[in-house]
Amino acid sequence: MNTMTDDLKKTEPKTPPVTVGQETYEKHDQSKSDVRACITVDHYDFFYGKTQAIYDAHFVMPEKQVTAIIGPSGCGKSTLIRNINRMNELVDGVSHTGDIRIYSQSIYDPQLEVTELRKRIGMVFQKSNPFPKSIYENVIYSLRVSGQNRKSILDEVCEMSLKASALWDEVKDRLHQSAMSLSGGQMQRLCIARAIANRPEILLMDEPCSALDPIATAKIEELIYELKKDFTIVIVTHNMQQAARVSDMTAFFYMGNLVEFGETKKMFMSPEKKQTEEYITGRFG
Amino acid sequence: MAETQENAEQKIFVQNRRGVAGEAWVWFTAMGLTIGVAMVIGLLSLIGFRGLKVFWPQRAVVLQLQSESGSTQTMAGVITKEQEKAGHYEEGSEKQIEWQIFQGNKEVLGLSYKFVDYTDIQKVEYPLNLIRVERLEYGDAFGFPVSLKTPDGGMIDAGDPAFSGELAKAVKQATRVRKEIKTIEKKQIGKINYAIEDKKIKLKGLERKQKAGTAEAEKINAELKDLFARYEILAAKARQLRDQSAGYVLVYKISSGQEKNLPAEKMVDFYFPNQLNRIERFQRFCHRIFHFLADEPREANTEGGVFPAIFGTFVMTVMMSLFVTPFGVMAAIYLREYAKQGVLVQIVRIAVNNLAGVPSIVFGVFGVGFFVYFVGGSIDQLFFADRLPTPTYGTGGILWASLTLALLTVPVVIVASEESLASVPNGMREGSLACGASKWQTIQRVVLPAAAPGILTGFILAMARGASEVAPLMLVGVVKLAPNLPIDNIFPFMHFDRKFMHLGFHIYDLGFQSPDSEAAKPMVFATTLLLISLVVLLNLSAIWIRERLRKKYVVGTF
Repeated sequence: MNTMTDDLKKTEPKTPPVTVGQETYEKHDQSKSDVRACITVDHYDFFYGKTQAIYDAHFVMPEKQVTAIIGPSGCGKSTLIRNINRMNELVDGVSHTGDIRIYSQSIYDPQLEVTELRKRIGMVFQKSNPFPKSIYENVIYSLRVSGQNRKSILDEVCEMSLKASALWDEVKDRLHQSAMSLSGGQMQRLCIARAIANRPEILLMDEPCSALDPIATAKIEELIYELKKDFTIVIVTHNMQQAARVSDMTAFFYMGNLVEFGETKKMFMSPEKKQTEEYITGRFG
Repeated sequence: MAETQENAEQKIFVQNRRGVAGEAWVWFTAMGLTIGVAMVIGLLSLIGFRGLKVFWPQRAVVLQLQSESGSTQTMAGVITKEQEKAGHYEEGSEKQIEWQIFQGNKEVLGLSYKFVDYTDIQKVEYPLNLIRVERLEYGDAFGFPVSLKTPDGGMIDAGDPAFSGELAKAVKQATRVRKEIKTIEKKQIGKINYAIEDKKIKLKGLERKQKAGTAEAEKINAELKDLFARYEILAAKARQLRDQSAGYVLVYKISSGQEKNLPAEKMVDFYFPNQLNRIERFQRFCHRIFHFLADEPREANTEGGVFPAIFGTFVMTVMMSLFVTPFGVMAAIYLREYAKQGVLVQIVRIAVNNLAGVPSIVFGVFGVGFFVYFVGGSIDQLFFADRLPTPTYGTGGILWASLTLALLTVPVVIVASEESLASVPNGMREGSLACGASKWQTIQRVVLPAAAPGILTGFILAMARGASEVAPLMLVGVVKLAPNLPIDNIFPFMHFDRKFMHLGFHIYDLGFQSPDSEAAKPMVFATTLLLISLVVLLNLSAIWIRERLRKKYVVGTF
């Protein structure tokens, strides 16, 4: 990652700000006036120490739609999604300029506790990471940490979340068994159930299917289609077909720069940038 | 390129012809393990065999001896060893064998053990009527029973078929009375003594404050009088019981022909070693093991049981674990989860690791200097000033001993806990944080449960180390004999200022401080076996808990 951005610095010392996303989104907004902006990435730069990972990203993700972030490895797409719920602050020596806003509130607002922010944003990771607890306790974990201990509420949330993540029928008879006894695909759906148990506004998915077989992948994709009725979803993926299948909007990142942002259909049919076309058609990346 | 590949292939071929590379090392590693396992098994089986043999009721012999000078002698006892005679070996002469005989009757013969030359033995007999008596004083006695005197002046001859039953009844009654007396003396009188001491100290305190003649002091004096009166009543009761039990007297003849009287209240147990069948032998074996575990020591620890030492070891180990685990785990959490990883933390980590290599006696010295004299002395000044100059906490005790051992074992816990915390996958922490949990909630609800089996491993290691450590304990509270247990029925029930007995120290004391080392040897083996069993038992229970946790949290391998 570092070497790649270093290379970038050598070859392209001054990158012009890319504002394609903003324009595209405005066009998009005109056509569908009922769609609200959910996540606004506002001239955002991000640094690991002195290494810059994101260069002046600027685009808006619409509410209750699926936004896919694509690009080759090390392009900054994971960095971006992990910054939306400030997970990257766990790394030492990170810094940023610009802003990310959820609706109108900045995620860096000093009034806003980072735990409160993360309760509003669910996240699913590349490698499924269920806790060493029972299935039930896994799902209601976010309620437990918020101090919710009423059994009736917990039971209800558990059932609802597992149904929403299409896992209920498979595990309803063994809710109190260890989550470690599930299969890989089930574990990932359990993580989705856990992420949505708190009824967040946004669901971040960082390559949720990269460790799964095609059948489990298909199930999760179906699930994403269902979930977007209730949540704004941001998904990072390496799989071009997947981005095309599940997303409404697509952002293409290359070496820390947002190259193109637009409606998925349009972008896959007739990309505006040559780089995008080459990446989508598989000529590089 | 192609050429080098060809070369490589050729090389592999050559290696295959010689055998797989590194095969010898596999053998070396296997050999290392085999030697280790063989040593452990050898040691354990030696201790196990010698330790259990102590309790097995062996057959007793009567030997007719005739020395070179022509004098004859009869000897009764148990053959304990057969060995080559040392020192008198001359070139060409035959090897001389000697037997070691446990002959008992210490009050007459002086030494319990004696060596006899094999060549001197004229006759070896196993008489059925040879009796072995376990006594309260002077160890065991061997002899031929003559008669039993009854309290009403009667006499039962040893030939009478009722003799054995009557004797058993007498011993049983004596044992019961002894138990009753012990209850009175230890529990009731002990309580009163405790109260008397307490009142006396209060009086002393009042005197110091120059309030000797006041109403308060008078009240305490009156209470003291009352306590003394109660003491007198109990003491009289005990005396009465003692007189009551007197009466039965066993008359027996020892091997030299001398006749001896032994009152029943001085007898603990008796049996005819040559009359037992296998099942009876086994019953007696179990019986003796039970008494070894449950009784208090007698005769400078060489007879009786080791219960206070077992109890002391157990309580000290548990207390040490209670001190060391929270501290060790908290330190490890801070080091691994909160501290910024840098030079300073690295130095701390190295220091902790090196602490594990400090000789344990150094910890003992530190325990005396810091815990006993400084902390204990200050506690005495502040809270027990009335008792001074008699120290309460300012002297070795079970509290200071367990704290010293906690200090000794804390590096083990820290290192093991840190390792297991480090092995919890980061994804799990991220998953928890992404759910809106704070860092502490994440550690408490996700990281610690996942790391628990590894932390318990450290705990097991620490416990095993602590339970078998002796050197520092000798400085901070272990004593040769402490019949008052650290936990008993007298308020406040837990007396952490008390000195205590420890199995490890018991072994040292028996083996090297005992007046008759030969007599103490079997007890050394038995106690060693017991200490090892106790440590194994503690470890197994901790391992059992760990396995249960592991099943619950099937993650990570430690």
